[in-house]
Amino acid sequence: MNKEKLILVIDQMADAMESQKEYLTELDNSIGDGDHGINMARGFGEVNKKRDALLKMEAGDMIKNLGMILVATVGGASGPLYGTAFMKAGTYLKGKEDITFDDFLESFQCAIDGVMARGKAVEGEKTMLDAMMPAKRAMEKEWKITGDVKKSLEAGIAAAKAGVEFTKRIAATKGRASYLGERSIGHQDPGATSFTFLLEAIASRI
Amino acid sequence: MVNFVIVSHSRLLAESVADLTKPMAAGVKVIPAGGLEDGSFGTSYQIITDAIEKAYTGEGVLVLMDMGSAVMTAEMVLETMEDRKVKMVDCPLVEGAVAGTIAAAGGLDMETIYRDLTDSGYVNKF
Repeated sequence: MNKEKLILVIDQMADAMESQKEYLTELDNSIGDGDHGINMARGFGEVNKKRDALLKMEAGDMIKNLGMILVATVGGASGPLYGTAFMKAGTYLKGKEDITFDDFLESFQCAIDGVMARGKAVEGEKTMLDAMMPAKRAMEKEWKITGDVKKSLEAGIAAAKAGVEFTKRIAATKGRASYLGERSIGHQDPGATSFTFLLEAIASRI
Repeated sequence: MVNFVIVSHSRLLAESVADLTKPMAAGVKVIPAGGLEDGSFGTSYQIITDAIEKAYTGEGVLVLMDMGSAVMTAEMVLETMEDRKVKMVDCPLVEGAVAGTIAAAGGLDMETIYRDLTDSGYVNKF
């Protein structure tokens, strides 16, 4: 993937966050501070405003700067978390003009590592990691077997969705929802949900 | 003198914590960094950065946070200031601010105040 295609992926992610703004906020109202959708839409809205500047950069820097914009403008926990994810992925992709699916998977792992370090979280704590990590494993497996990008992304989305379902069955031990303890069971994690929308946005443009 | 920055999701909370320290810590700068630019709840990378700049002296700045994004956003700001004397303190926000600023007004150095606040953990109230 070259940067001309990458900017379309970024546009698609921004559209997804805008159109899911109310739904994500509604989810966050149940177990958080009710700002996830508004925050993500604000952050990606700023990304959209800086589209021309991003387009002048090489692919890795585009992703890294996208992360920096999110850190500066999201205003909630998703700012530092998604911000770190994109900054780490972008740093890995630096200097690559044509991003292969192997590069994507590697950069995705950097993003996961970044989120784990920033949030001091692991899988199974009712966070975005519960969608990200199964998605990564599923994409890697499918890619190894079929070598088909579309199929691999589809497998990733399916695993992310299953991860979101899984977050309904567990109690939160990280973030604002952790104060609810067992009462957070039955609600899906907004961060895992927004990640799934972002992955769908990526897949729809590849 | 060591100065302080109070990071909170709420502008009013950060301002009030800063105000609360004033009577017993004359001369210590306590800069609030609460809420977003429009005054709504949240934590702003820029507001935290500006507050640290405003509080900064060669003797150091201690940053006290409430929770969640306040901690993570402050952490990201500090990562850009590795050459400077700035530290985040893991302590109760209100008690830590009052105790820390009194210590700073008494002339204690940053490392000592940092250690005292961190070691005290949750101070027993009764």
